[in-house]
Amino acid sequence: MRSSIGYVPQAISVDGALTARENLDFYASVTGVPRRERRERIEQVIVEMDLAEMLDRLARTFSGGMLRRLEIASALLNRPAVPFLDEPTVGLDPTARHVVWERLTALRDEAGTTIVFTTHVMEEVERYAERLVIMDEGHVVEQGEPAEVCARHGMEDLEEVFTAVTGHGIYEQRKGRLRDVRAQRRTARRLG
Amino acid sequence: MSAPSAAQPAASGRRLRRSSGDPLERLVSGTGAMALAEIRKLSHDHVDVFTRSIQPLLWLFLFGSAMRHNRSLMVGTTDYRVYLAPGVMAQAAMFIAIFYGLAVIWERDVGQLQRLLATPLPRAAIVLGKAVGACVRAFVQAVLLLAVLAIAGIALRWSVAGVLGALAILMLGTAGFACMSMLLAAVVKDRERFMGIGQLITMPLFFASSALYPLAIMPAWLRTLARVNPLTYEVQGLRQMLSGVGAHGELWLDFVVVAGFSTATLLAATRTYPKAIL
Repeated sequence: MRSSIGYVPQAISVDGALTARENLDFYASVTGVPRRERRERIEQVIVEMDLAEMLDRLARTFSGGMLRRLEIASALLNRPAVPFLDEPTVGLDPTARHVVWERLTALRDEAGTTIVFTTHVMEEVERYAERLVIMDEGHVVEQGEPAEVCARHGMEDLEEVFTAVTGHGIYEQRKGRLRDVRAQRRTARRLG
Repeated sequence: MSAPSAAQPAASGRRLRRSSGDPLERLVSGTGAMALAEIRKLSHDHVDVFTRSIQPLLWLFLFGSAMRHNRSLMVGTTDYRVYLAPGVMAQAAMFIAIFYGLAVIWERDVGQLQRLLATPLPRAAIVLGKAVGACVRAFVQAVLLLAVLAIAGIALRWSVAGVLGALAILMLGTAGFACMSMLLAAVVKDRERFMGIGQLITMPLFFASSALYPLAIMPAWLRTLARVNPLTYEVQGLRQMLSGVGAHGELWLDFVVVAGFSTATLLAATRTYPKAIL
């Protein structure tokens, strides 16, 4: 099962003390990419995520957008049936966010890869998702295509729908430990 | 975000032969990848290796020189530094290994551990890979320390077999202490708390061993503690191979105890880490 997915957590998961190429080589090894195919697959994700110019730089010197592209590239090395991206644009400025979505959209359109992502930014869902699931405290409270969901509730945008179906705002976290909040803020600070 | 249906055949063609190897092959390959990553990190940060080497040198050349002619502290040699060198070598490696737990808590906090858990890497490879990573750092430090000892003219009994044997027992011990540190990290889960408990463990392990002084001068209760301390056997093995100074135990016993300790902590850490730390 784990060999058929790619996963990018919300926090920074590439190693800042390694170069981009070394990070890719590491993830190719640990995700079980056959040795004889590693070079080809690494070259392929470098093109897909537009990483060629930063390959020999240490990852800790990267901007937020570059880091996310490197992380997504490393999650694609094992050619996953489904990549899972946990808030892939959290903490990114609008330009970096645009570049990340541009590469993800290209991946979807060119390779036909289904991508599952989580986000609190409903605008991203409206713009990039074909189907959505709204979860509240571990329970699915709404699902469907964005336009269909808005029409069902007679509302103009998904942010209003979210508030209506969960009974609270997007950023009102009723649960969550200090550690989670600290990790989220650290990620945002590192990327931003 | 899902794909247009027309693109599905291309996708399925792309997904063929996703991963390679049986579990054993993945264990070896994953452990190798983690060791290689550690070597690469060291190659980017030379300063780290040198700064870590300062502490054992301070022990050797300050503490060792001050106590140089204290006859009660040495057995089988006329220079305390010859007696002390294997002890500080083991201590420095143990400190690297014990504080590896901090690194794994950090990796949990930044998301690297969660990422590794989502790969097909066997759990044992994550633990073994971390232990080998600690060994890589300890190995580089030990080689540097041996070079300084040779340059300083400290009269060790230099032989290829002795040095290789010493490095072997040092790596075994380091792997054991690294696994112990991962167990500790899985229990305390928090960096600040780990710092306190790490200090609480390393200093007694160091002082209740034969690293600085022979077991013979210890009071009975401390000698008993030292005899159940794996660091004692690691130091005794190192001392016998590097300086020819006879220890209380046989060399084979030192290897058996250190290997047993490493195996036990490896198995325990594989059972608890990394899931317990999340």
